[in-house]
Amino acid sequence: MCGIAGLIHRGKSSNVGSELQGMLQALKHRGEDSTGYALYGDTDGKNFIMRFKVGENVGEGSSSIVEDISVYDGRKKIVDQYLSEMGAKIIKEERVLPYSLRYEIEYETKDLLKFSQKIESIPGVEILSMGKSLEVIKDLGNAKMVCDRYDLDKVVGTHAIGHARMATESGVDIKSAHPFWGYPFSDVSVVHNGQLTNYWNNRRVLENKGMRFMSECDSELIAVYIAQTMREGATLEEGMKASLTGLDGVFTYFVATKDSLGMAKDTMAAKPLVLYESDNLVAMGSEEIAIRSVLPQEIETYDPFDGEVKVWQI
Amino acid sequence: MANIKTTEKKSKSQSMGMHTEVLTGRTQQKFFNPSEAENFYYFGTYDVDFNKRTDLDVKDMTAPEANKEIDNLMSQGYGTIVIKNPQGKHSLGVGILNKLNLIFEGSLGYFGMGSCDGPTVRINGRVGWSCAENLMAGKVVIEKNAGSCFGAAIRGGDLICKGSVGARTGIDMKGGTIIIGGDAGAFTGFMMQRGRIIILGDVGINLGDSMYDGTIFIGGKIGSFGSDAVTADLTSNDQDWLKRKLKVAEIGEKFDVSKMTKIVAGKKLWNYDNLEPTEKKGAI
Repeated sequence: MCGIAGLIHRGKSSNVGSELQGMLQALKHRGEDSTGYALYGDTDGKNFIMRFKVGENVGEGSSSIVEDISVYDGRKKIVDQYLSEMGAKIIKEERVLPYSLRYEIEYETKDLLKFSQKIESIPGVEILSMGKSLEVIKDLGNAKMVCDRYDLDKVVGTHAIGHARMATESGVDIKSAHPFWGYPFSDVSVVHNGQLTNYWNNRRVLENKGMRFMSECDSELIAVYIAQTMREGATLEEGMKASLTGLDGVFTYFVATKDSLGMAKDTMAAKPLVLYESDNLVAMGSEEIAIRSVLPQEIETYDPFDGEVKVWQI
Repeated sequence: MANIKTTEKKSKSQSMGMHTEVLTGRTQQKFFNPSEAENFYYFGTYDVDFNKRTDLDVKDMTAPEANKEIDNLMSQGYGTIVIKNPQGKHSLGVGILNKLNLIFEGSLGYFGMGSCDGPTVRINGRVGWSCAENLMAGKVVIEKNAGSCFGAAIRGGDLICKGSVGARTGIDMKGGTIIIGGDAGAFTGFMMQRGRIIILGDVGINLGDSMYDGTIFIGGKIGSFGSDAVTADLTSNDQDWLKRKLKVAEIGEKFDVSKMTKIVAGKKLWNYDNLEPTEKKGAI
């Protein structure tokens, strides 16, 4: 089933970590195999923030294996070495969990493709997000558990999207959890509710164009598909509109970039979405109760129609 | 299986997409004899006084707790209940098989007012997916918007949304009337079997897809027709009925019903072949 939620504050920052936690926790009955956050925090925009994992948190149906912490240490050392070789300087380092790390990196580049390929050539290492504002945090458990584990309720920023997952198409592990980073674009993330039926056809085409897939989760296709259309020169909104015909199946998904938040709904409108929109705030979720966790008062909400795409700026 | 006996009103009613067949058969006779309808009460229903009114704040209640409390208030004779702070909770007001005036001061989540038979309900807010699913009788009015699957499988009663609704409105409906003041999404009237849908605004793609029977009236633009949905002539009977219905619904009273488009089932799908399988063999 899965639940998705997102919000964007226009013209101000807010405690988006705590707000999204409340929204996703309200949707936990839609799935609590894993929960993911894509938070766009307030930063000075100078350095990259890289969230990555050097191992898995292994749940039901996962093809991954449980490894010793010494294996994680070994991988971390290689990551540090590669960063140094590519001229990236680690400004700040946090090891949140044995397998999950957050680096603040000083690095002069606009093309993250080669950078990411180099880092992810280390077996077991995956970049969860790379950006100057975006941080993707995902792990097993419901929204509160993940929030507490990663201390997210203090994160201040402008917008955020998140996902409460009931695993259906792939195993219970971090690599299959949402959000997905719009590799190799800085600060692009995607969450999805639904099933895509032309996943393998699209995946083969996109892999031939040099795009990478880290999981076998159909939802990852959306992030890669949008990233590819943007690589070919489309705007975010154009890429999302193209996805309505390029992707087959049922879906409602959100995409976020450094300064915007968008939603798209398939032409059958088979997956739910409730939307609240005002001059200062846009909040949306699979169910109204998600929005009510940040706006308990009576509000005007509506369901976007089939085939609808909307994008908002901060 | 019930036998179907048509009445002399057949031609007029069927021209409007209505049905007056008297269902007969053991099951129907036993449980739904029309002459006994006035005396019919569900087991466990209550005599309530509409002038006896109370408020119920459900802010800190779960849906089962709130529904149980509504039942408790009805058992005390309260005929008018005002629900405060529903706050988008799911499954509020379900399974009410009683005459009752129920007012929600706020919005409901999914499955609100499901499987009801008899209450008159006003929701001063929005409703989520599958509002009033399986409604048997009564009236439900939503002042704002509604989600998808609005009035799924209803069998009777009036279901009114003054705003816009999502996709698959009236899916599988078997009777009753759905009235929408705004727009409706894709697959409106999908596989509907009886009853009528009125949309004053625009409607999305695949309108009336695979509808078996029933009638849809559209005031605005139509995205596209679904399989086997066709237009029909809007008669003066239709227009009179539409005017009456919109007035009762407190919605679009001044709306020009003469410009509405009427959609019915073309009945060209395979299941409308009148021949039984054995007869088909003979025909071949």
